Amino acid sequence: MGRVATVNNIINFSCVDGPGSRLVIFMQGCNFNCKNCHNPYTIDMCDSCGDCVASCPANALSLTHNAQGKPKVEWHSELCTQCDTCLSICPKQSSPKTRQYSVPQVLALIRKQVFFINGITVSGGEATLQLPFIIELFQAIKSSDDLSHLSCMIDSNGYLATNAWQQVMPYLDGAMIDLKSWQQQTHRYITNRDNHRVFASLKLLAEQDKLYEIRLLHIPGVSDFDSEIDAVAAYLKQLPASVRVKLNAFQQHGVTGEARLWESCTEQQMQTLAARLTERGVANLILPNVYL
Amino acid sequence: MTPQARFAEISRNPLLSPKQKSGLLALEAEASIPYVAISAAVKQAMAQGAICDMFEGHAPFKPRYVLPDYAKYLKNGSEYLELAPAQDLDEALNALTIIYHHVPSVTNIPVYLGQLDDVLLPYCQGLDDDTIYRKLKLFWIMLDRTLPDAFMHVNIGPTDNIVCRTILRIDAELKQIAPNLTFMYDPAVTPDELLQIAASNICECSKPHIANYPIHASTFDQQGFGIVSCYNSLPLAGGANTLVRLNLKEVALQASSIGDFFTNVLPHYCQLTFELIDARATFLHQESNFFNSFLVQEGLIEESRFAPMFGIYGMAEAVNILQGTPDFNEDSLDKPSNHYGHNAAANELGHQISKALDAIVKSTPVKFGYNGRALLHSQGGMNTDRDVTPGVRIPYGTEPNPITHIQALAEHHQYYTSGISDILTIDETVKANPQAMMQLCKGALKLGFREFSANVATNDLVRVTGYMVKLSDIARYKEQGSRTNTTSLGADAAQNTNILARQPRVVAHELTPAHSK
Repeated sequence: MGRVATVNNIINFSCVDGPGSRLVIFMQGCNFNCKNCHNPYTIDMCDSCGDCVASCPANALSLTHNAQGKPKVEWHSELCTQCDTCLSICPKQSSPKTRQYSVPQVLALIRKQVFFINGITVSGGEATLQLPFIIELFQAIKSSDDLSHLSCMIDSNGYLATNAWQQVMPYLDGAMIDLKSWQQQTHRYITNRDNHRVFASLKLLAEQDKLYEIRLLHIPGVSDFDSEIDAVAAYLKQLPASVRVKLNAFQQHGVTGEARLWESCTEQQMQTLAARLTERGVANLILPNVYL
Repeated sequence: MTPQARFAEISRNPLLSPKQKSGLLALEAEASIPYVAISAAVKQAMAQGAICDMFEGHAPFKPRYVLPDYAKYLKNGSEYLELAPAQDLDEALNALTIIYHHVPSVTNIPVYLGQLDDVLLPYCQGLDDDTIYRKLKLFWIMLDRTLPDAFMHVNIGPTDNIVCRTILRIDAELKQIAPNLTFMYDPAVTPDELLQIAASNICECSKPHIANYPIHASTFDQQGFGIVSCYNSLPLAGGANTLVRLNLKEVALQASSIGDFFTNVLPHYCQLTFELIDARATFLHQESNFFNSFLVQEGLIEESRFAPMFGIYGMAEAVNILQGTPDFNEDSLDKPSNHYGHNAAANELGHQISKALDAIVKSTPVKFGYNGRALLHSQGGMNTDRDVTPGVRIPYGTEPNPITHIQALAEHHQYYTSGISDILTIDETVKANPQAMMQLCKGALKLGFREFSANVATNDLVRVTGYMVKLSDIARYKEQGSRTNTTSLGADAAQNTNILARQPRVVAHELTPAHSK
């Protein structure tokens, strides 16, 4: 029937989005509104208001109307210089620079570099907002002889409901889930959402042996993994031993709004948090190898 | 400056060791021998920078690269060196240590140390793993300290064996510049787990290079081949008598159109290149008396297995010139571009040029060649090159992502039988993910890369973790960073540091062929 996804970007070689070399599809749109978001222009869908069109110094944007008079912002990638002026103009934290991809189009892209990759990862934005597309894509990969060896991973904020996870589970090799904060209140402050469903997703994926990685973003003075260290450590320890616990260090660049005032996490602060988790018996910690 | 003044300057140089001074004085002497006889047209092409003799000397008295049959040497011993056949690993390593000092090359340091697992395995019978490890580790340290040249090359693989594994282990532990290391990979023979060890080593120390064994093996005969120096593949028990390189950028500048380039200008400059090759090889083979060496008399090399290397460089500039594409600048970097490496038509023109060169080199007889022919080579550059890119590479700083990079260049590799080096720069995130390095390597070899060479960038921040980074932000950060660096260091201080620095002990001699002040 041909589902189509709205995609912000596709990267054909990534070393940080799951095991091995991966093609990563960044979907447009997110249901969180994290203050610390590094790519806020992936949060909302473009509503074709047209505010960005005049601002483009390369004339790479235009506003068209369909037969019903519905407006549509068109992005002409061949003219675009990636100056990102449109992103700073956009009143909706969105981007006019998105593309629509059908499953066959994505499969063609994958086939072009199949020898170079161990798998594909859908990320975002929040990939699971376009779950039907993901299911169709993963299904197609798993049922193609030349692609079925590729692992299919989802990088998610964990807000997807458990019954929806169940639908993709047969085609899913693993998930990387962000846990933005331990306490409900802190999570709500940072993301504008509660974290009950995140914990439910983590539990389900862990039970099904599909939790590849849990990611904790340490924002000194804002996130609460250090102040809640005992509870966090106890929680991480009860996850299967194979789950990678990836500690990410908050960095200012890319963020907007009040998060610009938050201090970046230094290597020292990261090491301290890691040492305190290790002391409490948390194994399989993955630390950043680069700090800005 | 008079020759005497130059000699005096070298002898007083505060930055050079006595040995480095001796080497440079010898180069000066060689440069004062009259040049081998060549036509006025070749002289002019050399003067304009279209053809380059790689500063090999005016009248070459030794081949550029020599690949002795070390297995034969250990088996037979050497009358000239007064050595009996090796009986055990100690004797084998000792005999190798001795002969390395008698194997000449353009730099006087041997560029080929042997297919060491094949060579040494017969002498490892009955030894436990730890003994082999300790002996090879001392050998490895000796090589780096006594023969300090990054172009000195050891080969291992494609089979899985204890010497191969031990060398990979030692190389990752010691992280020495020398010796350089090539791991032969054959998908039909090499286990994935062994390739993964080699790929993990690349993440540790940018070594080894992974060679596409089946492609190389099918290029040469049963007697075999070796990978030496900067990824040159050459016949075993032979080598390269000379390397002359053609600057495709200069050739393209002489052409009035793409048609003119293919029909007239390129064939013309190729003929001039062949003339220089023949003149230089003739002196080496007929006048220098090199082939009276014990290496020949004892059957460790054969004169008929030496080939001239027909080198080319500046492909990127040639293509952009022929297509009338303006130079890259900061504004055009991120745009969809018409440039070589980024555009299908530009890449295709490059492939056509390589194909044309291949046809010319395969059909042109040379006086002293491998099966009567020279071998085409994509030459990896010298530090004297300005505004011209090595070989068929994509200009440094403009490379696309690693997969696109490989896809743009893979088509060239079939033509460059004596070697082609395309160095992929991969951002630091790969260090934590050696499996990704291995997959990239497998993909490259599958597409026909003869050699997979990767550099892990240490400070480029493309993507830090599971989020995208905006290019504009990166640019801003870099700008601020560089300003800070300049302020804190101070231009004067940096300059002084350079002036006071001695020449590094271990260097790549081929890159710096002449004394420069």
